[in-house]
Amino acid sequence: MKIKFRLNGKMVTDEVVADTPLLEYLRSKGCYSVKRGCETSNCGLCTVLMDGKPVLSCTTLAVRADGKEILTLEGLQKEAEEFGGFLADQGADQCGFCNPGFIMNVIAMTKELEDPTEEEIKEYLAGNLCRCTGYQGHLRAIQAYLEAKQGGIL
Amino acid sequence: MKNQFVNKPVRKKDAMALVTGKPVYTDDIAPKDCLICKVLRSPIAHGIIEEINTAIAEKVPGVECILTYEDNPGGRFTMAGQTYPEPSPYDRLILDKRVRYVGDAVAIVAGDDEKAVDKALKLIKVKYREIPAILDFRTAKDNEILVHPEEDWKSLCPVGADNKRNLCASASDALGNVDEILADCDFVVEGVYHTKANQQAMMETFRTYSYMDTFGRLNVVSSTQVPFHVRRILSNALGIPKSQIRVVKPRIGGGFGAKQTVVTEVYPALVTMKTGKPAKIIYTREESQIASSPRHEMEVTVKVGANKDGKIRAISVYTLSNTGAFGEHGPTTVGLSGHKSIPLYSGLEAYRFSYDVVYSNVCSAGAYRGYGATQGIFAVESAVNELAAKLHMDPVKLREMNMVREGMIMPAYYGETANSCALDRCLSRAKEMIKWDEKYPCKDMGNGKVRSVGVAMAMQGSGISSCDVGSVTLKVNDDGFYSLMVGCTDMGTGCDTILAQMAADCLDCDLDKIVVSGVDTDVSPYDCGSYASSTTYVTGMAVVKTAEKLREKICENGAALLQVEKEEVEFDGNRVFVPGGPEISLKDIANQAMCNNTNALEVTEQHSSPVSPPPFMVGMVEIELDKITGQYEILDYVAVVDCGTVINPNLARVQTEGGLVQGIGMAMYEDVIYNEKGKNYSSSFMQYKIPTRLDMGTLRVEFESSYEPTGPFGAKSIGEIVINTPNPAIAHAVFNATGLWFKELPITPEKVWRGLHGKN
Ligand code: FES
Ligand code: FES
Repeated sequence: MKIKFRLNGKMVTDEVVADTPLLEYLRSKGCYSVKRGCETSNCGLCTVLMDGKPVLSCTTLAVRADGKEILTLEGLQKEAEEFGGFLADQGADQCGFCNPGFIMNVIAMTKELEDPTEEEIKEYLAGNLCRCTGYQGHLRAIQAYLEAKQGGIL
Repeated sequence: MKNQFVNKPVRKKDAMALVTGKPVYTDDIAPKDCLICKVLRSPIAHGIIEEINTAIAEKVPGVECILTYEDNPGGRFTMAGQTYPEPSPYDRLILDKRVRYVGDAVAIVAGDDEKAVDKALKLIKVKYREIPAILDFRTAKDNEILVHPEEDWKSLCPVGADNKRNLCASASDALGNVDEILADCDFVVEGVYHTKANQQAMMETFRTYSYMDTFGRLNVVSSTQVPFHVRRILSNALGIPKSQIRVVKPRIGGGFGAKQTVVTEVYPALVTMKTGKPAKIIYTREESQIASSPRHEMEVTVKVGANKDGKIRAISVYTLSNTGAFGEHGPTTVGLSGHKSIPLYSGLEAYRFSYDVVYSNVCSAGAYRGYGATQGIFAVESAVNELAAKLHMDPVKLREMNMVREGMIMPAYYGETANSCALDRCLSRAKEMIKWDEKYPCKDMGNGKVRSVGVAMAMQGSGISSCDVGSVTLKVNDDGFYSLMVGCTDMGTGCDTILAQMAADCLDCDLDKIVVSGVDTDVSPYDCGSYASSTTYVTGMAVVKTAEKLREKICENGAALLQVEKEEVEFDGNRVFVPGGPEISLKDIANQAMCNNTNALEVTEQHSSPVSPPPFMVGMVEIELDKITGQYEILDYVAVVDCGTVINPNLARVQTEGGLVQGIGMAMYEDVIYNEKGKNYSSSFMQYKIPTRLDMGTLRVEFESSYEPTGPFGAKSIGEIVINTPNPAIAHAVFNATGLWFKELPITPEKVWRGLHGKN
């Protein structure tokens, strides 16, 4: 099937097999930040933005991208570096395998929620699993990041 | 030597690549023309392949090869990544005629794409002769059904293994007469504690790719903790010389011990050997859940005896461990269940520790953070908490009376002395942090809910004494930057960074001047790998030794260039100088070493330690439990850790938090469940739930450091100990809320509800 969509700012026209998941398709296009951690939509590692909304690319067909704008971390390098620095300053980057999906969702959250509480943060990101950090470092990083943003440091 | 970086929370060197999603993991860098490999798995728990027909499957367009037991190239080997001769028995073939668990490998299919391979997998016809399976490990020892009846089964070490008795290992160790002392005690508690298999569930599943290089050698790139062991294991499995194999480790998406077993490497390697083509295998989450290297299920029987004043006099531990279909890490994990639980208590008049490790027809177990200590500490710490309840004594006070302290000899820990031990400070600090005296044992919230607290202590080791080897190469390059080459494996833990922190301090230079590289078995210095909490302690010491030698060499070259004696000069990191006299910069020394020089500015040193100093910690938890539903949640978890000098406080803290949450998962709901036919029901993240960020309450971690005289900068280990306290602390808190002891993990709300409503 033919699809036409915007990937990380660039228009792409392509032929895709109908049952290709968006995840595999994006990786085949060199978007290696998109990771797979499960087959059951449980881990959130595959999160990308579709028209600004986080979606699980493992359970979204590539054809659904047609006419849409898809952003992966490759297209959000500045934001990734900005928040990622806070994560790194906690040592909470750890193995890093969950980082792209998690950071995609953090970026989406900061756009969607204004001044979120700890509970709201945890709930927004509940679908992003991480086996290394125990999540507490994530929370410290997010709070420091939000503070810096509010304080106009970023 | 200035302390510029050690004990500082510096960023991990690879941090920015990781947070920006750079392609640094195995599957990101695999050649695009790799054959895709998949494994056909046994649907039965025990049987013999009588017939396997691949003719139709081979006709599927795109299928390159289908390999069965007839193609098995080498003899029996173990997949356990351990120092040779491995204690784990040589009991497997890459592909065997006998299948031993649901999920065991039956055939390998390789093809151009996934669809072709999937289709071929479905078209392979296998006829099995089923054999009754051993699914309850309590019935395994001396069962007439044998999991490994084969004559070429081999145990390389005297671990008490006997395949004709389904025994993977068996031994005992004792001091004094335990039975006599127990009989003489005022109080004895006795319990049988059952811990289940658990999955490490690292986010990056097992994966490997392989190809033949310019020199006709097999190159293997793998997400592994043990590259050098992989080389040996592949040589055993494939029947080719080690010289023909090179193993490279890129970034790893988590290991936690899982990748101390060579789970996937053999499959693409065999395909590449047979076809000459690059091949890769990426395990699905399902495969990672059912055909991997989970924690050993154990049943630990504990007796603790004490006088009425609270003096603990004797402890006995018997552990029955389930190694599953193969013996990976079977003989070694079990040892920690006693050797790293009993020594928490000092002044025992007697102890006994004995164990059996048995084969059964479930997935082979492996190494998982804590490595047996987790299971043993759940049992012993729970028994001590029960003892406190029987004595009507505060369990913290009971521990204060009996715990091991600095300078004490630990007879059950191979007679080692606790040269560095701040366990007492950990306990008092944890008690303060959680406000133990106010909260113990519980508070009724008046709405059907109870808040209660629980406590546990833990220890681990720092590397395997007189066994683990770490080596490091340091060299000076142009302009005076350094290469630090290591053979240990950073799996997200940050060891590349902390070793660079140590090197920078030893060489009085900036962290940026140290370039770290690892691991490539062709060029990295030998290291047994990152497991057994060894890297900071063992490889760290190798860094210290290497840097010392390199400083000497820098001084030698500097002195020669200055035309003075070596003894006259000093090195301050930037220059070699005679105090009050001439000097030459490191930059000049480095550049001049590249012309007409015979004293290479490169050093390799190795370290191994005769002791394995334990880190210690205390964990205290506060939970809120609903007495009507049995549901409970973690409100607060405080952990105070003595890992000696903390090399990087951020990384040590996150290690601790990560380990705590894995422990919380194990205590509360992570469970590998088999049905009556041996099929693993916990085959996805849908069924096998690991904690999300809504499940861990608030974690608060502090350090109470001792100084370990045999460690680099006074450091001990941190990686594993951190998983050990949640099980007993949570079980204790549940008791304090309900009056019920739960001795089988996980302690699910359903079990609590059944207990509370008399439905057990
Ligand atoms: S890969 Fe796990 S949710 Fe998409
Ligand atoms: S950092 Fe390893 S899974 Fe999150």
